[in-house]
Amino acid sequence: PPSGGPMNIGRPALEDEIAAWDIDVRPDGKGLPEGSGTVAEGEGIYDERCASCHGAFGEGEGRWPVLAGGQGTLTDERPEKTIGSYWPYLSTVYDYVHRAMPFGDARSLTDDETYAVTAYLLYLNDLVKDDFELNSKNFSGIDLPNHDGFKPDDRQSEPQNAENAQAELCMKDCKEGPAEITMRARVLDVTPDNADSDEQD
Amino acid sequence: MVESAKARGRIPNARRQFLKAGLTAAGGTLAVASGVKAAQPDPKITEIQDWNRYLGDGVDASPYGSPSQFEADIVRRNVPWLTADATSSVNFTPLYALDGTITPSGLCFERHHGGVAVINPADHRLMIHGLVDRPLVFTMDDLKRFPRENRVYFLECAANSGMEWRGAQLNGCQFTHGMIHNVEYTGIPLRFILEEAGVKADAKWLLAEGADAAAMTRSIPIEKVMDDCLIAFKMNGEALRPEQGYPVRLVVPGWEGNMWIKWLRRLELGDKPWAQREETSKYTDLLANGVARRHTWVMDVKSVVTNPSPQAPLTHSKGRTVATGLAWSGHGRIAKVDVSIDGGRNWSEARLEGGTSKGVYRFYHDFDWDGAELFLQSRAIDEAGNVQPTKDQLRAERGENSIYHNNGIQTWHVRQDGVTENVEVS
Repeated sequence: PPSGGPMNIGRPALEDEIAAWDIDVRPDGKGLPEGSGTVAEGEGIYDERCASCHGAFGEGEGRWPVLAGGQGTLTDERPEKTIGSYWPYLSTVYDYVHRAMPFGDARSLTDDETYAVTAYLLYLNDLVKDDFELNSKNFSGIDLPNHDGFKPDDRQSEPQNAENAQAELCMKDCKEGPAEITMRARVLDVTPDNADSDEQD
Repeated sequence: MVESAKARGRIPNARRQFLKAGLTAAGGTLAVASGVKAAQPDPKITEIQDWNRYLGDGVDASPYGSPSQFEADIVRRNVPWLTADATSSVNFTPLYALDGTITPSGLCFERHHGGVAVINPADHRLMIHGLVDRPLVFTMDDLKRFPRENRVYFLECAANSGMEWRGAQLNGCQFTHGMIHNVEYTGIPLRFILEEAGVKADAKWLLAEGADAAAMTRSIPIEKVMDDCLIAFKMNGEALRPEQGYPVRLVVPGWEGNMWIKWLRRLELGDKPWAQREETSKYTDLLANGVARRHTWVMDVKSVVTNPSPQAPLTHSKGRTVATGLAWSGHGRIAKVDVSIDGGRNWSEARLEGGTSKGVYRFYHDFDWDGAELFLQSRAIDEAGNVQPTKDQLRAERGENSIYHNNGIQTWHVRQDGVTENVEVS
């Protein structure tokens, strides 16, 4: 059948088709499937499917993402941004694991397995006890620690974007004295095919 | 870092040879590249060259052409230590070697989160559902029946220059600024797709999703969707490259590249944003006080001198020269670009040559080089009056851990021998 829209292009989407692709979950719980999983179940799945990259305790192997820990580090010189320290919503954990993990085998976890892994990630972040069960009923009652850690984009309030920034633009004799180098990329020497390294080695 | 010099590709080797040749010239005068001072007749002129005598390839040799073999070093490059795995990683456009404003399709930087999806367009479907009157499915053939537009836009990764927040780190504008490309898109205004489905009154947000293994998702406010977003299936006149989302991608003019969903397969209308991983864990900007900005969509006004730059040193002696670069703003057109050769003490207005709203502009600063060291900077101002800030101004506002949205002024130190380096200056 035709779309019935103004240009009559496309065809109606069937309910089964929408259900197959529409797996997103919102912070208010919209989109959560029925189901449940425990910390203990999640530990088994995590150790088998997740730990080789993310570490046995969510600490991350090599440069793979750290999932647990880091609470209270967001004002440190080197913040550790994890589910427990940084993420605002548990819905994002469920949604992302379900849609895109394990890396290289996405969409392979069932709804219940995803509940279980999510419960275990809460446990690794010291947010629930080891006998906890996560399910579609208690899910939306769980706030992550950094729930209130975000604000809207207010970059336009910064001075360089203020209305008078252009009026203050200096063209001549803007600074005293000659320019002095305060930092040099070549000192770090981490650039591939480093074009200047012939002077260092 | 520990690799041998020989393993490092041909640009540096060619440069080394050049520099050594230059250093043998008296007083460091780098006149070798100029034929003007030749005392002897140039054999490239006086002797008959092979290409002047023998036939070249016929028209059947190269059905789909490639760059000259002498341009083989002009390629996308990656920085292996930046990411855990090449399938969720980034590479960089060789800005230092390009001119004009259009990025050649094969040199457009790549950013994938689950590698390059390989999709036969006959198998691709686009679905729209949620708060619409008529949930619909389109094939690629369907999409090509909608009215389409051609627009030139820049796509800049939110993390472009992100490695430079703490100071000068990577030596070359390919690496410091190369997560950007600028191409002509052919596509359908996204509003046509929404109108075909019939948007309900309470629909305020659109979720766009890719068909790849990362199933990239982002929430976009409906005002932006109805304004200038496109569903594009061509770039620079031909089909999208696989690494740019073949067969179809989202175009979100002026906004961070992460939102330009590739391999686009699903559009859902809703009344609230979805707070997906790519708009909570990633693409949020942590400030010094521990609070993070979210929904930092627009890419602010920015510019960089692309030549000379660390990968493109000055190779002639003092005299007439050209500094050129790119400027862009997610807020619209570029109004003006200023160039400084003394680290921001004095500025001259550069010449703009080409450019589009929410696309890159090319600028040129033509000047006489007196042979002294240069501290080259560029400063862009957009039509909304936003001024490109210094990196120190940004750090004063945001700290050093924002990762994204570093549009600070870049400084290149050009030495008397032409060698150029990424620095920060007082």
